[in-house]
Amino acid sequence: MSTTYEAKDFKSGQMVRWCPGCGDFSILAAVQKAFAETGRKREDFVVVSGIGCSSRFPYYMNTYGFHGIHGRAALLATGVKIANPKLSVWQITGDGDALAIGGNHFIHEVRRNIDVNVLLFNNEIYGLTKGQYSPTSKFGQKTKTSPYGTLEKPFNVGSLTIGAGGTFFARTIDVNVKENVEIFKFADKFKGTSIIEILQNCVIFNDGAHNKITNKDEREENQLWVEHGKPMIFGKNKDKGLIFENGELKIVKIGENGITEKDILVHDMTQKNPIIHLALANLNLPDFPMVFGIIRAVEASCFDDLLNQQIEEVKSKSKFKCMDDVFNSGSTWTVE
Amino acid sequence: MSSKKIIDLDNVVVKIAGDSGDGIQLTGTQLTNTTALMGEEVATFPDYPAEIRAPQGTVGGVSGFQLHFGKNVYTPGDKCDVLIALNPAAIMANINNIKWGSTIIADSDTFSEANFEKAGFTPELFEQIKQNNNLIEAPISSMTKAALQDTGLDIKTIMKMKNMFALGIVYKLFGFPLKYTEEFLEKKFKNKPELAEANKKVLQGGASYASAIQAIPSFRVSNDTRLKGKYKSISGNIATAWGLLAAAEKANLPFYLGSYPITPATEILMEIAERRDLGAKCLQAEDEIGGIVTAIGAAFAGNFAATSTSGPGLALKSEALGLAVMTELPLVVVDVQRGGPSTGLPTKTEQADLMQALFGRNGESPVPVIAASTPSNCFHYAYQASKIAIEHMTPVLLLTDSYLANGTEPWKIVSVKDLDEIKPKFAKEDVECYQPYARDENFVRMWAIPGTPGLEHRIGGLEKMDITGTVSYVPANHERMTMLRDSKVKKIADFIPLQIVEGFEDADTLIIGWGSSYGHIESAIEELAQNGLKLAHAHIHYINPFPKNLGEILEKYKRIIVCEMNMGQLANYLRMTFPQYKYEQINKIQGLPFTVNEIVEKIQKMMEE
Repeated sequence: MSTTYEAKDFKSGQMVRWCPGCGDFSILAAVQKAFAETGRKREDFVVVSGIGCSSRFPYYMNTYGFHGIHGRAALLATGVKIANPKLSVWQITGDGDALAIGGNHFIHEVRRNIDVNVLLFNNEIYGLTKGQYSPTSKFGQKTKTSPYGTLEKPFNVGSLTIGAGGTFFARTIDVNVKENVEIFKFADKFKGTSIIEILQNCVIFNDGAHNKITNKDEREENQLWVEHGKPMIFGKNKDKGLIFENGELKIVKIGENGITEKDILVHDMTQKNPIIHLALANLNLPDFPMVFGIIRAVEASCFDDLLNQQIEEVKSKSKFKCMDDVFNSGSTWTVE
Repeated sequence: MSSKKIIDLDNVVVKIAGDSGDGIQLTGTQLTNTTALMGEEVATFPDYPAEIRAPQGTVGGVSGFQLHFGKNVYTPGDKCDVLIALNPAAIMANINNIKWGSTIIADSDTFSEANFEKAGFTPELFEQIKQNNNLIEAPISSMTKAALQDTGLDIKTIMKMKNMFALGIVYKLFGFPLKYTEEFLEKKFKNKPELAEANKKVLQGGASYASAIQAIPSFRVSNDTRLKGKYKSISGNIATAWGLLAAAEKANLPFYLGSYPITPATEILMEIAERRDLGAKCLQAEDEIGGIVTAIGAAFAGNFAATSTSGPGLALKSEALGLAVMTELPLVVVDVQRGGPSTGLPTKTEQADLMQALFGRNGESPVPVIAASTPSNCFHYAYQASKIAIEHMTPVLLLTDSYLANGTEPWKIVSVKDLDEIKPKFAKEDVECYQPYARDENFVRMWAIPGTPGLEHRIGGLEKMDITGTVSYVPANHERMTMLRDSKVKKIADFIPLQIVEGFEDADTLIIGWGSSYGHIESAIEELAQNGLKLAHAHIHYINPFPKNLGEILEKYKRIIVCEMNMGQLANYLRMTFPQYKYEQINKIQGLPFTVNEIVEKIQKMMEE
């Protein structure tokens, strides 16, 4: 039996308390639309979060939801999924929640490959505490706790994910609702930890952080959207592309030096070897465009499936059927 | 003592000690099993260094295993009647732990000047030990070697078996059969029959040596007070794990444990990992926080969830424990206490986490606290902690300690069908509009499990609006919710047993204890009664909330003495709760349990004052 929902069926009654103009609104809309289109029943969704502006998300979804504590969203997601693998588990987190206080849990979640979907809202700032630098703030960025500029190199979410053995990494932008609905639906079906980095604009404390990438005039030059099986082409005139040469990605121009579309690297998100995915995730301005879309989606066994398989296997071989059997096993003696 | 004699005793304390690589703990386990299978009451205490391989031959590297058997065995015993020492350091380490006139059987092959020096033994001290005890210098190493000279085994392998020689001596001493250990060896070395044979040969060698040498006395222990039933030997940690698993089975809930290895609690995680064969789920998380928060996630999703740890781990879990208080989900947190603060004494025992358990969280954060008191009743209290967690929708803290966790004693085997019912408070599927924070008459909210249509709801760490559970910053609501959470925990007092008082009804002094000092206090009271001093003993297992009649009990006595392995944490909590009474204290903070004698002497001294 298929269930039909509309996006509004996933709206909870709670008033949404993000700042006007916050990028989170578009993400919420995309998630509600994507959920409605998955064909899953509403009661089978669980949305969990940690702490931060984005972590208010579960309250706005008419599903099961759990607003946790700072940095621990990955753990709630892990616990829920192990307890009931039939549920579709969504973890809402931010650059501070997932990569600073929750950094340890993030890498272990990815390493275990638990079948959950992670929406990592990256606004390169701490919003809820009103504007301190985060692990993704740009080097030298001036914030309330780095008045003379940060001295820390930022994390690249994609290379961290792939470095931890990640099987899925996608990057997108808050306002790209159409693309986001498709990416979320794909992640829902994908078995494994789906890390989706969403460049999100904090209008109050870090407005325009992604402007160089997202502004209308430059976005075609500065964004490269990859699609599985298609050549990696970008630019206003769709005349630039990537090639992989001597272990690195290079930009070439179609029509120059005898280059044709056939020479351009074709995206294969299913490639096990992470070298090209890692190189794509690391591309950045000013020399390269930033890469968006599903960069890596490699099928691999996930923890929750393995656990259940192992349970079934050892159960079938075990001589114990209940705790009484355990109690009465081994050396016992009877006093008459 | 030069001639063989038979010593009749009600009970015997025996200790085997050697280097931490000598296989002492395995030897101890074998001795425990055989003693228990002989139908004796038995209590044991393993005592091993924190280092996996501390420097050989030094006092710091000594591993020991103490076993007490016979009649009225409440503790592993204060001091030993028989010490088997595999080197001089093993004697030195136990110098305050042997009875005057005890029998010491020591490996004389290790009696070199260098070894005496490493152990810090002076010739004068050694002479003194010889004079006060029956020291038998047994060439254990060379006899082990001799027994296996034709086997072609290398010397390193052969020397690993001298523990079996020592065990053989002990078996002969008490007239125990070798067969249970022989069976064990056959099973353990199923694929290496030559090693099974060699070990058995050494074991028999030890036994033959003990019967051949005239100087070793035999002990005869009489015991006719055994309770009828089927028993098995159980440690506190295994009993705790089984209590949790039995509760999940009784409540018909899937079980989940999230934990991180920590001494002395790790065995709980190990046992539950093993019980994957019954469908138990567990995750060795990346840290202590991972253990508890995955458990909270699993509890939200409808599993009965638990996490096990020791003091430092409980400190790391405190924030998450507050989340479980706020979200009102069932969860059992086991704290196997060890010496603190910080890393403290990882392998030693202490009862100094009580205040942490009661109050170690931000905000007004009430959590029921229950403490087990013997290795085998860890099963009962783990089960009761689970029942309270599930039926009252609350996290529950179960306190045990290193001494209970590693100690073993006979456990009368139960059947899950005979245990108390456990009824989860599930929200009804057909409810018109599920209110996550609506409560029953016991202030308990209903548990709505993801996957159930119509019960979709959101919870979290922010303050909740009464009944609806939406986020609320309303001042009066916060106060109301704080009171409700407090009332819910206080209400549990209606569901726990009344406090019992042991010892003498007409006494005017009450000894209060909690946790693993139960046996020592009981033994001390028996001993003092023989000297004409009558005392009452209230051992408190339910610490938050206290049993409802505790106040009335305190009222009855002229003097109240609180005996605990800390600086007086229960005494202080009693002062807070019942400030109208005066509390005297007996405390010990040495990483070691009380000895019966220490309690006896302190009480006698207090009575003279």
